[in-house]
Amino acid sequence: MQTKMSRRAYGSIALAGALTLAINVVWAETMKYEVVDGEAINAALTDQAGDAANGKKVFLNRKKGNCLACHVVSSLSDQPFHGEVGPPLDGVADRLSPGEMRLRVVNPKVVNADTIMPAFYRTDGFERVLKDFEGKPMLSAQEVEDVLAYLQTMKE
Amino acid sequence: MKGEITALATIVALTTGAGAIAFAADDWGKFQVEDRRSGYTYATAETQAMQDDEFANPAMLWVEHGEEAWNKVDGEAGKSCNSCHGNAAETMKTVGSTYPVFAKDIGKLENVEDRINRCRTDNMKAKAWKYDSQNMLGMVSYVKRQSLGQPMSVKIDGEAAPWFEKGKAFYTQRRGQLDMACSHCHVDNAGNMIRANTLSQGQGNGFPTYRLKWQKPGSLHRRFRGCNKQVRARPFKTGSDEYLALELYVMWRGRGLPVETPAVRN
Repeated sequence: MQTKMSRRAYGSIALAGALTLAINVVWAETMKYEVVDGEAINAALTDQAGDAANGKKVFLNRKKGNCLACHVVSSLSDQPFHGEVGPPLDGVADRLSPGEMRLRVVNPKVVNADTIMPAFYRTDGFERVLKDFEGKPMLSAQEVEDVLAYLQTMKE
Repeated sequence: MKGEITALATIVALTTGAGAIAFAADDWGKFQVEDRRSGYTYATAETQAMQDDEFANPAMLWVEHGEEAWNKVDGEAGKSCNSCHGNAAETMKTVGSTYPVFAKDIGKLENVEDRINRCRTDNMKAKAWKYDSQNMLGMVSYVKRQSLGQPMSVKIDGEAAPWFEKGKAFYTQRRGQLDMACSHCHVDNAGNMIRANTLSQGQGNGFPTYRLKWQKPGSLHRRFRGCNKQVRARPFKTGSDEYLALELYVMWRGRGLPVETPAVRN
């Protein structure tokens, strides 16, 4: 009986170890950030400034941002099929501060719990994620910063 | 033939937006009941015409296949569907509008696919058919076709109630890396364009549905899997309890809408 108990105890320790490791891996995937008053993430996620040109590529890429699936952008009228699920992004940089935009890309549910918009920089709290995407954010921290740099160009 | 269908699918995709505007009428006739609209009302005129014309509807080939199988003896018991059920037009008339149902003898919810397989294995002593196989799609399409135009009316009380509640919960559960629930697209955004497609209410009254994208008919459960994978969620198996419960909830959402099997959609 005692032997069995010990084995179970060892098992628990091993399991705890595995869990700690898993949590560490997740942490390594997303940088820590601070949400200010539930409204904005003012500090950039990376040291390297965002690259608007690459941000546009990520914005358009259907396997990355795929932003046009839901948003209309008039300046991108050369691109087909803009969706109408989200608001148009024309002039978004006039309406939102860079920090407010960062929060909306990173995790828009902080601003609106019911939104259909995905969190582009989150790895936790998901249900039944496909294996290929498990534990990974939709965009890397640098890609988020690049998209934000591109969004900054959307002024009217 | 394949090339033609592909070209047609492309045209349909390109004209979806125009179709949605051209048909922005208030009166959808039998295809709308209160605020519930069949996917037919979101389809282009071309796709609607394809569904309406029995000779143009490509899924009628499967219905015919099902009709042949209905009369064919199969299995060790030497029976066909016809041996017990006779004239499908009479005996199957309410199946398409009332399934899935709670089956007391097996103590669980059962859809048409499962019921067909239970008949095959238990009564005909024949092999079960796989979900979305040609035989299964043919028989389900033929059986449900007998209810064409009947208003959807699934039973959700009594022993079906827990299944209904489970399906309802599934519908609003966010899932996958995109973190979306069925309701985000099919309740909150029905009628809105997502990329080149108009989001519909996701009604189930036309299944098995011929999708131009698939170039063949498919089950509602296959469609569920596609939706789940699109939001980067691990899908459930076709025929799983999860999808059976969801099927009941989806069919209830479409209560009053006419059975359209086999519908045509893009």
